[in-house]
Parts: sequence; C-alpha cells; structure tokens
Amino acid sequence: MADPVVTSHHARAPEAAPGDVVRVTIDGRVVEASPGQFLIAVAEQAGTFIPRFCYHPRMKPVGMCRMCLVEVAGPRGATLQPACYLPVTDGMEVVTTSDKVRKAQDGVLEFLLVNHPLDCPVCDKGGECPLQDQVLSYGPGESRFVEEKRHWAKPTPISDLVLLDRERCIQCGRCVRFAAEVSGEAEIDFAGRGDQVEVAIFEKQPFSSYFSGNTVQICPVGALTATPYRFTARPWDVEQVESTCTTCALGCRVAVQSSANRFTRMLGVDSDPVNQSWLCDKGRFASASASSPDRLTEPLVREDSGELRPATWEHALSTVARRLAAARDEHGAASIGLIGGARLTNEDAYAWCRLAKGVLGTDSVDCQLGDGLPAELVLGLPRATLDDARTAKVVVVVSGDVRDELPVLFLRLRQAVVDGGTRLVELGSVPGSLGTLDVAVGHRAGDAPAVARALAARGACPAGVDPVQWGEALSALSVAGEDGAGVVVLVGRPSLAEHSSVAAATARVLAGAWPAARFLPVLRRGNVFGALDMGLAPGLLPGRVTLDAGRDWFSAAWGQVPARSGLDCAGMLGAATDGTLAALVLVGADPLGDFPDRGLADQALEQAPFVVAVDGFLSPSAARADVVLPVPLAHERSGTTTNVEGRVTRVAQKLVAPGQSWPDWVVAVELAARLGCDLPYSSVSDLWDEIEQLSSAHRGLTRSVLDSLAQRDGVLVPLAGTPVVLSRRPPAPIDPIATPGIESVERQGAPLRAGLAEPLGGSDDEAVVAAAAAAVRGERAEVTAGRGEPAEAGPQVGPEPLRAGAGGPETAAAGAPAAPAGSPGALEGQAAEGQAAAPSAEGSPPERHQRPAMLRALPEAPVPALPPTDGYGLRLVARRTLYDDGVAVDVNEHLASLVPPLQARFHPADLAPSAGPERSLRIRLRSRRGVVTVDALADPSVARGTVVVPFNVGGDGAEGGAARLIGADDVVVDVRMETVAP
Amino acid sequence: MSHLSDDTMDRARQLVELYPHPRSALVPLCHLAQEQDGWLTPEAIAEIAELVGVSPAEVHGTASFYDMLHTEPVGRYVVAVCTNIACMLRGAYELLEHVEQRLGTGVGGTSPDGLFTVEDAECLADCGRAPCVAVNHRFFGDVTAQRFDALVDDLVAGRLDDEVPPHGTLIRVRRHGGLRVGADQVAAERRAMAERAAAAKAAEAAEAEAEAAAAKDAAAEEAAKDAAAAADGADEAHGADEADEADDVRPADGGS
Repeated sequence: MADPVVTSHHARAPEAAPGDVVRVTIDGRVVEASPGQFLIAVAEQAGTFIPRFCYHPRMKPVGMCRMCLVEVAGPRGATLQPACYLPVTDGMEVVTTSDKVRKAQDGVLEFLLVNHPLDCPVCDKGGECPLQDQVLSYGPGESRFVEEKRHWAKPTPISDLVLLDRERCIQCGRCVRFAAEVSGEAEIDFAGRGDQVEVAIFEKQPFSSYFSGNTVQICPVGALTATPYRFTARPWDVEQVESTCTTCALGCRVAVQSSANRFTRMLGVDSDPVNQSWLCDKGRFASASASSPDRLTEPLVREDSGELRPATWEHALSTVARRLAAARDEHGAASIGLIGGARLTNEDAYAWCRLAKGVLGTDSVDCQLGDGLPAELVLGLPRATLDDARTAKVVVVVSGDVRDELPVLFLRLRQAVVDGGTRLVELGSVPGSLGTLDVAVGHRAGDAPAVARALAARGACPAGVDPVQWGEALSALSVAGEDGAGVVVLVGRPSLAEHSSVAAATARVLAGAWPAARFLPVLRRGNVFGALDMGLAPGLLPGRVTLDAGRDWFSAAWGQVPARSGLDCAGMLGAATDGTLAALVLVGADPLGDFPDRGLADQALEQAPFVVAVDGFLSPSAARADVVLPVPLAHERSGTTTNVEGRVTRVAQKLVAPGQSWPDWVVAVELAARLGCDLPYSSVSDLWDEIEQLSSAHRGLTRSVLDSLAQRDGVLVPLAGTPVVLSRRPPAPIDPIATPGIESVERQGAPLRAGLAEPLGGSDDEAVVAAAAAAVRGERAEVTAGRGEPAEAGPQVGPEPLRAGAGGPETAAAGAPAAPAGSPGALEGQAAEGQAAAPSAEGSPPERHQRPAMLRALPEAPVPALPPTDGYGLRLVARRTLYDDGVAVDVNEHLASLVPPLQARFHPADLAPSAGPERSLRIRLRSRRGVVTVDALADPSVARGTVVVPFNVGGDGAEGGAARLIGADDVVVDVRMETVAP
Repeated sequence: MSHLSDDTMDRARQLVELYPHPRSALVPLCHLAQEQDGWLTPEAIAEIAELVGVSPAEVHGTASFYDMLHTEPVGRYVVAVCTNIACMLRGAYELLEHVEQRLGTGVGGTSPDGLFTVEDAECLADCGRAPCVAVNHRFFGDVTAQRFDALVDDLVAGRLDDEVPPHGTLIRVRRHGGLRVGADQVAAERRAMAERAAAAKAAEAAEAEAEAAAAKDAAAEEAAKDAAAAADGADEAHGADEADEADDVRPADGGS
C-alpha cells in the first residue's frame, strides 16, 4: 500500500451526498453545481472561462500559478481567491471580470513574464501556447521590468525523449505533479528556491518513465519539448485527425498530427472511459516509425536465384493466388495456415477471415503468436470494462507487468489503488509494477493455478508462498464477496516461458470459483481483440461465435466455412516442420521475434514450402518469405479497432502510405478474386456494413452510430447485455489549456474530427442511439439511420447493390444464400440480384436463420502437470518489456536506445555461489532447447529458484534471446547457469 | 555496502521510526548525512530516498531548497557572513569583502586549499554582537577584519577543533533519534496510534452500516406506510422518528 500521505497543499472538497445541488452566482448568473466541484470547472461548464496554467482537470489542484484568481464574496467583503482550488458552496457569489480581477491577472502575467525569454519565434509551443494566448487575452500589454532575465544552460536533456528549457518554465508544476501523482515515478521535482527554482532530475537517475511524453503534452509553455518533435513543425502547419492508438490493445484516443504527409506528433485526447488524456511513450513516439526509410514500398517476390526482388502487384498477387490454390488443391484447404491479424483494423481482419475461412476454407488461422491466451477463453470470460477495473473492490493480477504490456491501464489501476481504495493482489514469480503498489504474492512459475485455487477458496497458504504475503492477500480479498462480486481479474501471460495452458487453467480456476468476478484479458497486441471478434482464431467465426454455432449462418452468407477446427499458431509452425503445412500467410506477424519458441519458428519458416508476408516492414520473418506485400500501417488507413474491453473506436487516416502499399482488405479482396471469388467490398464502409449485418456481437452498431458525436469515445460491444449501451451525451469539449496542441490546431481551422466520414450534429445523435437500441432489440424494420432513411432500404449502402461475382462454385454460393437467408437484416448489403426490398418483406420466417448465439461457455482448461525439476534447477520467467526488438521500436531512432539490455535477474542467494562481490557477471543459461549468454544481476525481489529474462530482447550474439530457451510444448522451462570464462 | 555508515544508518532508522509518515524524517536525515560527509553526496541522497520512501529527485529538490543543506562539496569550514540589517549597519559588507579576499574565493565558492567555503547569510540571530559570522554553525560575534584573520589562523592551526567541529555537525550530544525517548517507547506509541486508527476505522464502518440499516428500515416503514396510507391519513412524522431512533443508536455502536 502506498504511504497514505495527505500533503497539505491538496485541497479536499467536502463530502457531499450525490444528488445535492448548490447554487453559485457567477458574474450575476445563477449556476447549479454539485458540492465539491471546484469553481473553475463549474464556471467552465457554465460557459465562463477562467484563465489558468497550473490547473489540469485530470490532476489534483494546487493553486500555484494564481492565474485563476476571481473575486468571491465573503464575510469580510469580496476577496481574491484561486478558482481552481475553491470548492463551490451554496450561495457563493463570484465575479470573474471585475477591475480587481483584471488587475490581479495583469500582475500575475507580468510576473510570469519577468523571466520568460519571449523566444516565441523559435519555440515549439509558439502558436499553441497557453502563456502566449492568455497574455494576449488577459495580460497588461507591456512590462515594467527592465532587469536582466535569469539564464540557464538550455536545453538540458532530462531523458532520451524529453528536453528541458528552464528559462521558459513558469513553475506551474504540471510535469512534477504528473510524475508524482499520475505515473507515480517522481523522477522530476522542483529544486532550488525563490527566483532560482528549476525543474530538475536527480543527477544519477534520468526521467526514465514510460509516460514522460505526457509532461511535454501538458506543459503550458515551451519548457518541455520532445526530442522527436522538436523543431519539426509549427502549429499552423500541422493538420490533424482524431484516431485511436493501436500500439497496444488499450485503444487510447489520440490526435494524430502531420505536416505535408509527414507524421509530426501524436497527442492524447481526453477520453473519459479509456485514457483520460494520457499516453505511453511507445504509443506517442512509435508512430513515427511509419515514416521510416525502411518501410516496404513495393511488392517483393523471391526469384529463382533466391533473392527477394521488387515485382508488380499483379505478379506478386497471382504468384500468391497460384501457390495458395495449388496448396489447397493438392493438400486440402487445411494445409494453408494464416498467422497474424492483430495489426489489422476490424474491417481488414474481417476481410482476411472471410478470405481464409470462406474462400480458401482453412480454419488454421491465429491472430496470436503463442504469446496470448486461448481464443475461446478470451471471448468466453465475462469481460470487465476499464471502469469496472477502476472501481473494483479488489483487482487480482495474474499477468505480465501491466506497465509494460498495456501501459495506460497501469495508470488507471494505479489511480484506483492509490486514490480510490481499490485493493490489489498480484500473483507471480517476480513483483510487477502493480504488485508493488499493494500486495504481491510470490510463487514459483507454473504454480499459478494451485495458488489461484487456494486464493479463491481463501484457504491455507500454499507451499512455496510467503505466509505474510498470503495473509495480506487474504485480508485484501476480504472486502470482496465470496462469489467474487467486486473482483476484477487481470489475466494474461505472467511469463512466456510458461505454456499458455497454465494461464488458461488459472483463469478457469478463478472463473469457476468466482462466478460474479469479471475478467480483463491482458493481451497487448494492437487490435488483437478486434481480430478475435472477427474470427481470426481457430474454431471461431466473426461475432464471437464458434465454428459450429455459426456454421449455418455463415455458410449461408459466405458459401462455405471450414468443416473442422484448425490449428493455432504453435500447431501451424509445428505442421510446417513436419511437412503437413503447404503454405503459410503472415499477416503482420513476425514469429521469429514474437513466438516464444525461436527454434520452432526458425525451423518452420525454413521448411514451409511457401510463405507470404503482408507487412509494412521487412521484419526478420518477412525477409524469409517468398512473397512480401506492402500495406499501410497505423495512421495510413481508416476503419475501426476494438480494445481490451471490447470498445470499438474509429481509426482515422492521416497519412498516405509510402510507395505502392495497398490496404490489407484490398489485398484480401484481390487475392480472393484471383482465387475465383469476388468479395463484394469496394470500401471500408461496405465491410463494416456487412460486419454489422452478420456479426452477433456488432448487431446494431451501424456506421451512423459509430460516426455520431456522442459515441466519439467508442462503443462497447456487444451492445446487448452490456449495462451501458450507448452514450447520449457528447463528450466534453477539449480543454484549451489542458491539452494545448489539439485545441490550437482545431481553432485554426483544421477540425479535430476530420477523420469522421460524416460527422453528425448533436440533434441527430438521439435518433441514432434510438435506432441502435432498436436494432439490438431486433426491431429491424423500424430502424432508421441518422438521416431518417430506412436502414433496410438497401440502396444507401452502396451505389449499386453489392453482389457476388460469378466465379467458382463457392463464389456462386456466396451470393445465392442471401435470398434464402432472408432473415432479419441479414445480407441486405449484398442482396443478390439487386433486390433492394427489405428481406423481411419476403415473409420468410425470421427464426429460420437467427444470428448465431455468442460464445458463453468457457472451454475446459485442465491444470497441466508440471515436470519434475531436473538437473536444470532454475525456473525461467520470460517477460515482455514495453520496448523490445519489435520492428516499430527497432527502426525508430528515438526508441531503439530504450530497449533494455539482455540481463537475467536472480535472487542474490541463487547468484552468490558464482558471483563475486560486484554482483554482476556474464553467464550462460542452458535449457533443454538451447543456450543464451546473458549478464546476470542480483535482485532481491526475484523469488528463490527463479531467473527472470526480458522477452524479445537480444544481446551480443544472442539473437532471439529468451525464445531460444523455450520450447513451444514446454509447460515450464527450467534452466541452469554456467559461468563463462572471462 | 551502503554509503552511509552503520552508525548513521542506525540513527536514521530511529529517526524514521519517530514519525507517523517516514517522509517526515527527510530533512533530519539530510542533516545526518551531511554530518557524515559535510555535504549531501548523490549516494547519500539515493539512500535517504530509500529510507523515507520518496524518489531521489524529491530528496534533491527538498535539500536544494534549504541553504543549510549542501548539494555540492564544501570545505571543512563553511563560513557564513551575516548581511542582514543589524550586521550591515555594523560593516558586514566590508567584512564580507575582506573574507572573500582573505580566503581567495567569492560567495558560494571554496578556497583554493579546499578548507573554507564562503556564504552570505540572512540573520543569524546574533545581532547583539553584530557583525557576526558562523563557522560550521558556531557563532563568532563582533567580527572585524583582524579578528577574522585570527579566527582563520586558529582554525587552520587546529586550535579551535574543540569548539568548531567539521562541517555538518549540528549537535555533539547524541540522543536517541534526536529526542530523549527510547526506541521502545517510540514503538509502543506507534502501536497505540495504529490501534486507535483501527478502532476509529471500525467505528466508522459500524456507523455506515447502522446508517444503511436505518435507511433500509425507514424505506420499509415508508413502503408499509404507503400501503396503509389510504386508510391512515398522512403521518409523515412516523418515518422520521424511526430514523431518529436509528441515529440515537449510532454512538453506542461506534464506541464498541
């Protein structure tokens, strides 16, 4: 538990019962507010803007800058008080524009400018600067100070990503407060006193936070600048769209800015349910990787000489189609495997799913690379929302370090634990960032199911667990119900050296013991949840339905679906090594870097007869492919993405992909055409319309709903069954001072929501929401789109009813069943033969083809038996780090240096026999699979008998790193330490 | 091996024990570390941060606020010359000039022999003997240029070693954690404090429960009353009485 210090400079609002209303008079107008709200926010809601610098709506007020002084009537007459620090009370009378207030504002600004260098023409902030803007609006116009301003060396780097210009600093403390209050890493603080106050780091510890970029975003002057953005653009040159970050699966809302088709900057948008304006540094800065000169710009085909050579799309696609068709015809559809898809948008994923399952007919499709959880488990667990997790009584964490996997989720949960009284229990072999906040129960890797069972039963302390920690864990759990009510479980992969069946069994144990608990699967890859929802996993079809449940429905829609469940990623790679896989498609997947068993991935790529890679970079795996197809990345395509809680948000295009990149869905459609099946899509919208019509999870989620202003923060799917269906109120407008860059650009005429196809006004939103709600209830006939046209009427879906082409037998089938389907809402987008009438008008019984039921039951997940500890002795724990050797970091000049070294951490007692007093030495780790040379480091937080190694981090001569030690089938991996001759 | 000596560490832990919040011991710990090294070395800052549970940047930030804490190396003797009004009127500026000349360094600097660091200070509270000078927090009044030179000679020759300890030493009499109480007593008080806090928390929870129960009773009463309302006529006071009674019960609950 964090030290519960209440520092006196934090204003505490009086406790108030919900529903209480106080009336405040602001400039003569009576305004209603809730008690405890701060005056500055109440005034803003009422349309009265009070200038400010230090105040930030997502942090506690400090009243430091004095810019928000207003006149408040009191027993001793009207006095000046800081509005950001003053909770409203009933009958309060406030004047914000009196002469006294103006004089105070003049004075504050004059003082702020005493030492401010006024180098606006060369300052990054110039043009979007709250100081500049508020001096113009509220300042005295001229200064009486003629004295020399203070001078500092500038700029000084406080981390690899952030530069500090102390002369520009106005000591508002936003950055310092962010570090201490939000990210919990107070690596920067004020130093000095009086006119010598500066923001400083401790000389031996740079500001190495994963969240350092946020301080740049909230700095109200140009004191903090980001190395990647510095001097690259002026605010009036940049254009922006609002979009969603797809670096991890959290789905932070962002504003993507570019200048002349060059990515310049990404800023966090304040989305209340998701990121509350914060971003992690990887998300913020990795997008620049898309502009890397290493990007693929044209298709590559391996010549007979063995070299990858540029080729035309026609040549590349026909090569792929020919080889895939040959594989299907000679070895059967099941001999084709597809790995990847988490990089795609929902629409892309759907197109690729249809290509694989409906056209090629293989079910060997997996968007996870052996580093996630079984798909049916992820979809079957009762899903928590981020708000559920934040307001939970107890959060139980059985996953990798959340700060490394889903960084902004760490911020949200940290806030819950530190400020909200949520208890947190973490199970694992090494304490993660969350565990150190409250209770971390250490156990040996592989024991998680047993420990989880004991925890859920509140039983005796299991063997190998510290009784003190166990007692703390049980006491933390005591606030939750016996049935798990109030518990949110974060379940992921605590170690990639532990088979996914261990994590699955743990989740299964907890779900069984706690029927009322909700789960948040910690899968980190971009749109992995969207890909799962779109059926990019063995045994699944779009809309969270199993192959068997959706067989009739999708056979009718697509013409065919695979007869049997296929292989997962490990199965496909295994099949490639034993010769039963004839072709492997890598859609944005790099098994060499990401699959836990490097040996198997190596061998599979070596032996697969035909490999095609669809990617933006020539990743190590793509470099071994026979055909490489270039596609757009993050902000170069539009569509939707789905985050960890099932929230569907829009991804907007801001940049044009370099060279001849084609969107992923276009590649899928073109390949299908060459395989004899015309998929009826001519735009991303066509794809979404079909998803809405066919998917059980996305029913009712029409484009009008997605585009509406009120749903700007996205929509949770499935719409039915979630308590909050749709928001009826648009989110609050962007605070001009809290997030300066966004507002300034918006004001300069580049609307933030330019990415929306058809922005709807507030008045339309009600109709849109009503329509969606009706759709969910199944009242399709009365559904109206935002503009009042009947949604069933077909014609508005596309200029011409989309229809399947006359291809091979399966193509004909793709169109034909549409008519028999005739079910409510099914397939009107591709109503064959141009039938524009609503299918329901045909009178076919709606119950004949109901949408398939979504996956509910959890698959069995038996607890795997652990092998006896052999001569290898030390159990390996391989953990993800935020920065690793993945290509987005690798090609990024600013992030590549942040990848941690390949170091193995041991308990000091395990290291002592071999290590000298310097506590660090070079050793070899040997498992049954391979050997890796690493630096060993003593770390008392690591459990005895455990060695912790970062995953996908290479070292000198250690390509592949930890993955060289892991076998795909190993339940756990044991290693032994060998000394290396110096 | 920690940078702070075992003795310093022991005293530091005792100091941390003294306060309800470890971070309250931050400034005393800075003085302890300064007593060991004469100034706050980065190693000491890192160890203090760990002892009181804050970041090293916060320790540095706090230390840099106070003139009496040095984040840069200083000489064996830190000479603080008062320049406040009483001393100023009695020639402090001239004295400071002389000090600078004599020691061969300006304010904030250290003499070439590494022995003396010069500071200008606000009031040292020895106005009766203005102009005054403090050497390692020991006061010398009625200082003239000649007397200052003699002071320097004495210091260099070691004749004042009994009187002026090395820089950083605030007190020479060791006490338990700075106060005249034993570690046992501190621990006992901490325990009692924790028990009081737990009791208060339990009382609060009981109160909340009682309130909830009262609300529930009142609601049930309300519902029953509504059912009977047609016959009964309005009897608003009844429900309120119930709530009052529930309120009366609370202090008894809270006291348990």
